[in-house]
Amino acid sequence: MTTSNESAAAGTIDAPRGGGGREMLHIADLRAWYGETVALQKIDLEVREGEVVCLLGRNGAGKTTTLRAIVGLMARRQGTIRLQGRPTEGLAPEAIARLGVAWCPEERGIFASLSTEENLLLPPVLHPGGLSVAEIYQLFPNLHTRRHSPGTRLSGGEQQMLAIARILRTGARLLLLDEPTEGLAPVIVQKIGQTIRLLRERGWTVLMVEQNFRFASRLADRFYVVEEGHVAGHFRQDELAARRHEVEALLGL
Amino acid sequence: MDFLSPRANLALLAALIACVCIAPFVVYPIFLMKLLCFALLAAAVNLLVGYVGLLSFGHAMFYGSAGYITAHAVKVWGFDAVTGILAGIGVAAAIGLVSGLLAIRRQGIYFSMITLAFAQLVSFIALRMPFTGGEDGIQEVPRPSVLGLFSLHDTLAMYYFVAVLVGLAFFLIYRVVHSPFGQVLQAIRDNEPRAQSLGYRVLRYKLLVFVLSAALAGLAGSLKVLVFQLASLTDVHWATSGEALLICIVGGMQTLVGPALGAIVIVTMENYLASFAEWVLIIQGFVFVIVVMLFRKGIAGQFYAWVRNRRERRAQQAPASLGVAK
Amino acid sequence: MDTVFGIPTAALVGQLMVGLINGSFYALMSLGLSIIFGLLHVVNFAHGAQYMLGAFVAWALLQYLGLGYWWALLIAPVVVGCFGLVFERLFLRRLYALDHVYALLLTFGVALLMEGGFRLQFGVSGQPYPNPLSGGLDVGVTFLPMYRVWVILAALAMCLATWFFIEKTRLGGYLRAANENAPLMRTFGINVPRMLMLTYGLGVGLAGFSGVMAAPIYQVSPLMGSNLIIVVFAVVVIGGMGSIMGSIVTGFALGAIEGLTKLIYPDGAGVVIFVVMILVLAVRPHGLFGRAH
Repeated sequence: MTTSNESAAAGTIDAPRGGGGREMLHIADLRAWYGETVALQKIDLEVREGEVVCLLGRNGAGKTTTLRAIVGLMARRQGTIRLQGRPTEGLAPEAIARLGVAWCPEERGIFASLSTEENLLLPPVLHPGGLSVAEIYQLFPNLHTRRHSPGTRLSGGEQQMLAIARILRTGARLLLLDEPTEGLAPVIVQKIGQTIRLLRERGWTVLMVEQNFRFASRLADRFYVVEEGHVAGHFRQDELAARRHEVEALLGL
Repeated sequence: MDFLSPRANLALLAALIACVCIAPFVVYPIFLMKLLCFALLAAAVNLLVGYVGLLSFGHAMFYGSAGYITAHAVKVWGFDAVTGILAGIGVAAAIGLVSGLLAIRRQGIYFSMITLAFAQLVSFIALRMPFTGGEDGIQEVPRPSVLGLFSLHDTLAMYYFVAVLVGLAFFLIYRVVHSPFGQVLQAIRDNEPRAQSLGYRVLRYKLLVFVLSAALAGLAGSLKVLVFQLASLTDVHWATSGEALLICIVGGMQTLVGPALGAIVIVTMENYLASFAEWVLIIQGFVFVIVVMLFRKGIAGQFYAWVRNRRERRAQQAPASLGVAK
Repeated sequence: MDTVFGIPTAALVGQLMVGLINGSFYALMSLGLSIIFGLLHVVNFAHGAQYMLGAFVAWALLQYLGLGYWWALLIAPVVVGCFGLVFERLFLRRLYALDHVYALLLTFGVALLMEGGFRLQFGVSGQPYPNPLSGGLDVGVTFLPMYRVWVILAALAMCLATWFFIEKTRLGGYLRAANENAPLMRTFGINVPRMLMLTYGLGVGLAGFSGVMAAPIYQVSPLMGSNLIIVVFAVVVIGGMGSIMGSIVTGFALGAIEGLTKLIYPDGAGVVIFVVMILVLAVRPHGLFGRAH
């Protein structure tokens, strides 16, 4: 545990599977507050291009807050966040978006007053390299069928697909997914897993928050365990078996 | 008021009572009574906006209608002061109940607009109803006796009568705010869904405090017509509601003394500006803007914040060896 | 047909017209308020004063630059809108993080300031403004003044154009989405703060537009705004704050109701809207077209 903590704190990660590319996201010594309440005490983590990294931990540990801090929605924060090498100090959320990160919040954020297609087309294309609308519909045929329905009339699984789909068009290369499988049927969960794998193959980088450890353990390259606003542990996919007891203790399984 | 020591509190209270007793010999009593009435009206508004988070833009309807009723009761029906005032309060509370039932169901901005719309209704009715005297209002309202015991004809007697009633009203507000009832109200303001989930009948609480606030505003209005011996359309006009809000925010919205301090500032200022009638609106607007942008906490709020800051800084500077308090 | 339900047709049509004129202003003003409230969650108490400003700009354009009504119709809304942009950027914006009360009080203060300032300069009596469209339409039963017909049609057109912009265009889509979840929109790279500023400017511009249209009918007076705004608030409460179509429909409908009430029960005309408000709220607490927030 000490080793991984140290390496996590130092921000250096042993060469992960499926990546080892350039630094997409670097967080050092991140603190954040909701008003007077401390939400994050000290977060250090790093994500490299092409990786799927998962934040694990109990409710209220600070996982969602970390994602919000990355996209710039935390009013009070200190510490370093770098996106593809560029610091995000003092940047407004719309400026941070231009650094190539997109966020899929836990609530999904599907707009009720817009149709499915309007929802899909809402986020503007900021960089080249995103999926085209045709490619998205190919990936998610359901969305094509229901493209004229009001966004919130879709099922939970379809809404999750939509929430992920619409940020694929923007050209952002780092995707932040907050609990993508929450409340969804196993069949849909599988589909989402497939989608994330596909995205990794195509070169996207994913940082996701997941409570469903079974789902995450088969998918992610690396895991950070967040506890009470700081990183309590870090391990790689290939260490899961060897450090099983440690992992279970950390997660309270 | 909670963080001054009990002895300091008592001393302050005694000083305050002394001031109130001596004041009419130093300052023009009618002016003081105007201060008191507006302070009470503002306190009624403050009870809702400061402690429950409900911004009412229509309190003039309680203030004015109570005034009209009391004026009519005293002048035409020959009621004495107490019954006349009670009649006024009763009507104000009734209007409060009716408008509250509808307004309370909505939150925030919607609530405010509903109170405003109701106030306009009342204003309109006041204009049309024959007994209110329309544009002239009810003039030459006599100063009645108090339960037949003594007359309020004497200005000084009137002053002490008003001061006692306003004082009692402020005391009532103090007790309400610091009671379990008051704490539930604050919980509702801070997180209504949570309060609801804890089992509190939120609507009932809100309605109760709304009617209470209406009654207090009614008391202010009733007293006002007895002091000035006049009930007029300005009392029901939304400008009066606006003025009460101005007093609240200048004095400090979530404080007990705020309304009183604000009243002193605003009423005094308007007194000086009486000869420059056209400037009143501008000055009022200007004060609103300045206070909202820069001095949100108001006089009392700013003072309490300053005291708290000093305490915290002193606590931080205290050497560790002094240790923790007993 | 000389009478309808015992009411002389001429009078009926005449009052209906007056009602629709008032309704035009109710619709335009509540539309502006709704747009501002929908996105900024601010009750723009200064709306009446901005309406008054529009009328005065029109008057000033004529008085000092000799520019007539049709120029004013183009220029005044832009001028007033720009004031709105500046006000939002410099003052209103700083209050968004706080309780909604403060923004409301700020706009209320601005309304007082503006009305007071104009009263200081112009007193409380009105300045006349010439009718740009003299003559009228003879429709058999009665004679419809041309300008008043224009007002109704122009207001309708402006309302529908605004509705189209919000419901059918991309920018309007951004607005509707930002109404629902502004922070998320920002993470998509959309400059929501700028949208807020432009939205306020748009709403205020609508008020200015209404003011110009009102100038030839009602006198251009510092009091014109505060007299109107209270009724408009009731209209907005009835229609349901934040609903575009709701504001338009309710505005015209209430104007018509008010006008007809004047025929049947003249004394009640000033208060009928408030009575309707109570009735509507008793049945639908969120207004006719409002959504539960």
